Amino acid sequence: MAMLPVTGPTAPTTGLPEPTVTARGPGRRTAALSRLTSAVRSNRKATVGTVLLLLFTIVALVPGLIAHDSPTATIYPRSLGPSAQHWFGTTALGQDIFAQAVYGTREVLIIAIGVGLFSTGVAVLIGVAAAYLGGAWDGVLGLITDVLLVIPLFPLLIVIATYVQNAGTAVLVAVLTLTGWSYTARQLRSQALSLRKRDFLEAARVRGERRMYIVMVEIIPTMTSLIVASFLTNALYAVLFGSSLQFIGLGDPNSVSWGTMLYWAENNEALQTGQYLWAIVPGALIALLGAAFALLNYAFDEIGNPALRPLRRKKVPRRTRAKQIA
Amino acid sequence: MRFALRRFGFFVLTLWAALTLNFFLPRLMPGNPAEAMLGKFRGPVSPQALKALEVAFGVETKEGLFGQYVHYLGNVATGNFGTSLYFYPQSVGRVILDALPWTLGLVGLTTIMAFLLGTGIGIVSAWRRGGRLDSIAPPVFVITSAIPYFWVGMMLILVFAEQLQWFPAAFAYNVSLTPGFNPAFIVSVVEHAFLPAMALLITTIGTWILTMRNTMITTLAEDYVRMARAKGLPGRRIMLDYAARNAILPNLTGFAMSLGFVVGGAILVEYVFNYPGVGYMLLQAVSQEDYPLMQALFLLITVAVLVAILLADIATALFDPRTRTAD
Repeated sequence: MAMLPVTGPTAPTTGLPEPTVTARGPGRRTAALSRLTSAVRSNRKATVGTVLLLLFTIVALVPGLIAHDSPTATIYPRSLGPSAQHWFGTTALGQDIFAQAVYGTREVLIIAIGVGLFSTGVAVLIGVAAAYLGGAWDGVLGLITDVLLVIPLFPLLIVIATYVQNAGTAVLVAVLTLTGWSYTARQLRSQALSLRKRDFLEAARVRGERRMYIVMVEIIPTMTSLIVASFLTNALYAVLFGSSLQFIGLGDPNSVSWGTMLYWAENNEALQTGQYLWAIVPGALIALLGAAFALLNYAFDEIGNPALRPLRRKKVPRRTRAKQIA
Repeated sequence: MRFALRRFGFFVLTLWAALTLNFFLPRLMPGNPAEAMLGKFRGPVSPQALKALEVAFGVETKEGLFGQYVHYLGNVATGNFGTSLYFYPQSVGRVILDALPWTLGLVGLTTIMAFLLGTGIGIVSAWRRGGRLDSIAPPVFVITSAIPYFWVGMMLILVFAEQLQWFPAAFAYNVSLTPGFNPAFIVSVVEHAFLPAMALLITTIGTWILTMRNTMITTLAEDYVRMARAKGLPGRRIMLDYAARNAILPNLTGFAMSLGFVVGGAILVEYVFNYPGVGYMLLQAVSQEDYPLMQALFLLITVAVLVAILLADIATALFDPRTRTAD
């Protein structure tokens, strides 16, 4: 079920190094960043995910260098098989499938990154505010989050997109953001709650720092890894649900995007008329981009929770020895 | 008891939120889309039915917004969802009742199968940590969980319906057969359900495996598991009665919740296979701009999820006393 979290139970509080009061400001941020890069390098799932994501980004930035045909021109012979001229053949409407696949990357990536950034922003804002302000604020914000969390997302998206009609990229990003932030907001809230009583925040309060300073400089940087994880969760959700909406014709049917390609393939009975590549290529690309986000997300789980990491050595009674010493 | 009451309060609140969304969404959109929709049906639909719908969607009515809202809540409470425009003159309730058994059968059975299989694989994978299954399963199922499930359905149609022609590609049964309790019809129903069920199974099983495996790895490190080993209990017993039994709670909660998603969880699979269930009807209603049917289906799907979550919460509280105090 696409609406359940993709990875296992996240343990938001594990693996968080207790930051010291002295390591503040930019110094801590670069340390966190280098920790992040070395973690990505040492985890195979993270490496694969990063490489895939980089490839897609390059394609999205300079599609013209890779595909030389226009993605929208309906000027080629219809329903051609793959050839040297048209690597993946042409559609029943006379478009080059390879060009469409290449140019379609941009819209999917914009939706993924846009929704990832915006809904993570909303999630951080609401999650941290709820935890930090506490009391009635926490009650109200938590309630809004929970209500949105349990209303089934995809049917809600369908209903909204139906009323909007032919949602373009910006509208899709807005709708996906409005419906999708709640899951990560709840995770961020519980981590911010667990931070509330830590000594370094107490110290900042004693120093007489303003609230805004404490939230921006003390709390949010400490939550970096969970914020990155929620960006990845939201981006994956946007790729899958955005493409799904386009597939059933609730996006802009004239846009160049993988979901829209599948919509036209389905409506022209590509599977029944032997134009297999028309349906295979865009779906495989969606899966690949989704896999990049999912692998990175799972890798972050492993980095945050060392117990989940793949075993390198076998049959070593870990923990046993550590416990005895303790 | 206080816990149950609080959960029930949340249930009522969420239900109200969903109802309110349903009511205000068409009214918030620029140039009330319901108006255009109703205009299209002015010919074939009887004036009385149309009048009722105009009130329901706030078109050309003299009633104030609050009056409309109360009116709408009253209609929903009495189960009056109006007439379907696309399936006119059938009522919305009738259309839904016809579609519901297909979805419950297909998605319900597949959900149970995915849960049992996935949990089993997760248990074995965590128990044989670092074994062959454990080195393949997690990365493979992280990837399958990212594949759009409607596309898996399309690929299954391509291979098993178009190329090999082992299974039919569309509909719930062979229409030349008379529906009833006879062998030919039952075989036809199973044949038609096989590919959509596979599409769902492939894309949903990963979550069960990963959740079970990851929780069980944590329980395997607990003292009571070491104690069981020290007592020299057989491995099977430790695996099932000690580790798995304590690790299964998140999966059980997830299972209870996913039972709620049965009604609305396979919309695109039903769409790809033209399977006449709730999800297919929802998309029919969307493409035909049959807003009364669409609203009622959205409500049905939401209520199913809410009831399942309520039951899951109460079940978790019964099984695990630790959760009762947490909010």
